[in-house]
Amino acid sequence: MAKLTSREELIAFRKSCAEALKYENKKILICGGTGCVAGGALQIREKLKELLDAQNIPVEVELADEPHGDVVGIKTSGCHGFCEMGPLVRIEPQGWLYTKVKLDNCEDIVEKTIKNGECLEELAYKQNGTVYAKQEEIPFYKKQTRLVLEHCGYINATSIKEYIAIDGYTALEKCLFEMTPDEIIDEVIASNLRGRGGGGFPMGKKWKSCQRQKDPEKYIVCNGDEGDPGAFMDRSIMEGDPNRLLEGMIIAGIAIGSSEGYIYVRAEYPLAVERLKIAIAQAEELGILGDDILGTGKAFHIHINRGAGAFVCGEGSALTQSIEGKRGMPRVKPPRTVEHGLFEKPTNLNNVETYANVPMVINNGADWYRGIGPENSPGTKAFALTGNINNTGLIEVPMGTTLRDVIFDVGGGMRGDGKFKAVQIGGPSGGCLTEKDLDIPLDFDSLQKVGAMIGSGGLVVMDDKTCMVEVARFFMNFTQNESCGKCVPCREGTKRMLEVLERIVAGNGRDGDIELLEELADTISHTALCGLGKSAPSPVISTIANFRSEYEAHIYDKKCPAGQCKKLVSYVIDADLCKGCSKCARNCPVGAIEGVIKSPYTINQDKCIKCGACVSNCPFKAIKEV
Amino acid sequence: MNENFDFRPIDDILAAHGTDHGAIIAILQDIQERYNYLPKEIFPYLADKMKFGEARIYGVATFYENFSLEPKGKYIIRVCDGTACHVRGSQPLLDTLREALNLSETKHTTDDLNFTVETVSCLGACGLAPVMTVNGKVYPAMTTEKVEALLKDLKEELANG
Repeated sequence: MAKLTSREELIAFRKSCAEALKYENKKILICGGTGCVAGGALQIREKLKELLDAQNIPVEVELADEPHGDVVGIKTSGCHGFCEMGPLVRIEPQGWLYTKVKLDNCEDIVEKTIKNGECLEELAYKQNGTVYAKQEEIPFYKKQTRLVLEHCGYINATSIKEYIAIDGYTALEKCLFEMTPDEIIDEVIASNLRGRGGGGFPMGKKWKSCQRQKDPEKYIVCNGDEGDPGAFMDRSIMEGDPNRLLEGMIIAGIAIGSSEGYIYVRAEYPLAVERLKIAIAQAEELGILGDDILGTGKAFHIHINRGAGAFVCGEGSALTQSIEGKRGMPRVKPPRTVEHGLFEKPTNLNNVETYANVPMVINNGADWYRGIGPENSPGTKAFALTGNINNTGLIEVPMGTTLRDVIFDVGGGMRGDGKFKAVQIGGPSGGCLTEKDLDIPLDFDSLQKVGAMIGSGGLVVMDDKTCMVEVARFFMNFTQNESCGKCVPCREGTKRMLEVLERIVAGNGRDGDIELLEELADTISHTALCGLGKSAPSPVISTIANFRSEYEAHIYDKKCPAGQCKKLVSYVIDADLCKGCSKCARNCPVGAIEGVIKSPYTINQDKCIKCGACVSNCPFKAIKEV
Repeated sequence: MNENFDFRPIDDILAAHGTDHGAIIAILQDIQERYNYLPKEIFPYLADKMKFGEARIYGVATFYENFSLEPKGKYIIRVCDGTACHVRGSQPLLDTLREALNLSETKHTTDDLNFTVETVSCLGACGLAPVMTVNGKVYPAMTTEKVEALLKDLKEELANG
């Protein structure tokens, strides 16, 4: 690829890329997200290519420069978001989505689908007896509005040419050749795009205040340290459409007046780092990144920093410390990051999804953007929908969609015979929402009113077999582990809260423990140094508010209503159902079950270690948890 | 301290990243990748080469979870204990591994340095929960039976060199 040195050259290059794309009249897109790769997607791609090669069917992995005859495109795409059904293979032009594809299916895909245009029904998604061949008709997708994720799963994630062919970098082009920096920022302000990283701070306002700083040296930083357990929106964007993120960051650089950008990616996302590196190298080769962008004389460089496993580095000031090669600890604010950020210079920090929104705001205008979702939280939001739900995966819906629509329409309802109990939103900094909150619109302000937050967008759905005290303990264990130790309220306070929660789930809860938790939570949330510390008690506060009776049952009755806290469960054999087969006694690892053949057995509670082996082995379902 | 420690690989890593203090995390990451842990010999060496306080380097190494000052096993098994994996049962996987390899919450690496078992907060593969990784390769939708089969395979792999 030759360097592009003017707008005209970019336009001509786009035209030739789009032309080349047209010749790929048949296409097999193999999902190359972390989930599908784990399921063997790359082997499937190799096998398909081998089979097509063997039959001398012309295939194309990389988009060609010159127009040529028709070919079958074989592409590694980004994450479709429907990870549970992976490995996923999309067939074009029909738009079919094949699910749970195995190596054995490859031959049929080539013979029947590619050569004869037949749909392999056995690989199509099925729900309640209906077969959904087309991806867009699957209920999981039909109810979504995919804007930020529009390319994920549809284009080759490692080809800047494909991104350009479908009008990628047109927003950058517009910013470089038609708009002044002030006009760009005004457009972003007018769109009311709010930061997707958790706080919901208006992006345009942040850009403006960073631009206004007098220091000529400024930095653009992207937070890709998506540490919330149960969230993977940013991973999917970085893996599936890395150029979109780069485009958003370059635009920010031009608007704010910065020539250096940093992307901080967490260590657990090696594939995202790889894809970003490829995208950066290709953009540099084309002159879209570098010293003289498209011949304008404007410069912008992007560096990647890999995290090293510290959740606290998702906090702005800790993140910049980490990029500087220091211990990632937050500092007291003000001064804010826009005044005093990376290398003590003015710094604009946004997260991946926020930057990825920028190109469409510029291309379609602020009015268009404000038309999606509610007025004070416009646009869409990507959520990672996980837990005890039928369709887990990455979804994108307009802001303001209700939780009920998300869980029961997009998510397909509860998995198995479980009953909806709660959904944890916003990870370890967020809260839980229950049945009564199902019709609350998901947007920044509505959630804040009920003591929860969108956070980065993790939605973990829990059924009636989930113990909420145990969930609170789980999150407290997480934040306690990840506390950086700089300030006392977080370092010591979360430890005390964890101790209390641990003794409650172990059956040693004391009278006054709930009040003690509330007092500690109040102190920590008012006095901790950074946002992570301040929000650490949120899961406890919100589970106490919604499920106080569960806490009380653990403390006073020594019972776990969900039957999940093993130390509070005991197993008994129902004498009416027990046939005396002795299977349980033979399976018990500690010899706690006694009895005589053909008469009911009993469990010695003093010996029982509550492993549950007897329950799953009983052929007559005679053993119950109480 | 090992007097005969071969610093040539460290020199190569330093040459690739430069001695700017900001590069320390990337340098430590590469060293950890090379040795599977951070040998103690590297601290005075890096301090000298980078004109950087040894305590500062040690501070960075101990702050981040990914760095280990203890040697790790040939197979590093990481069980995801993110929220989604947790509610779909990651704990039984961890229990099975620890029991089979005679490890515990405090003892992560087997004495023969073949296996290390640790937890990781979230791998971002929540749709496939519960997941674990062995030397970076993701194993989706695990069960205790699959864990046992996997361990058997890994042990066979070890036996066959």
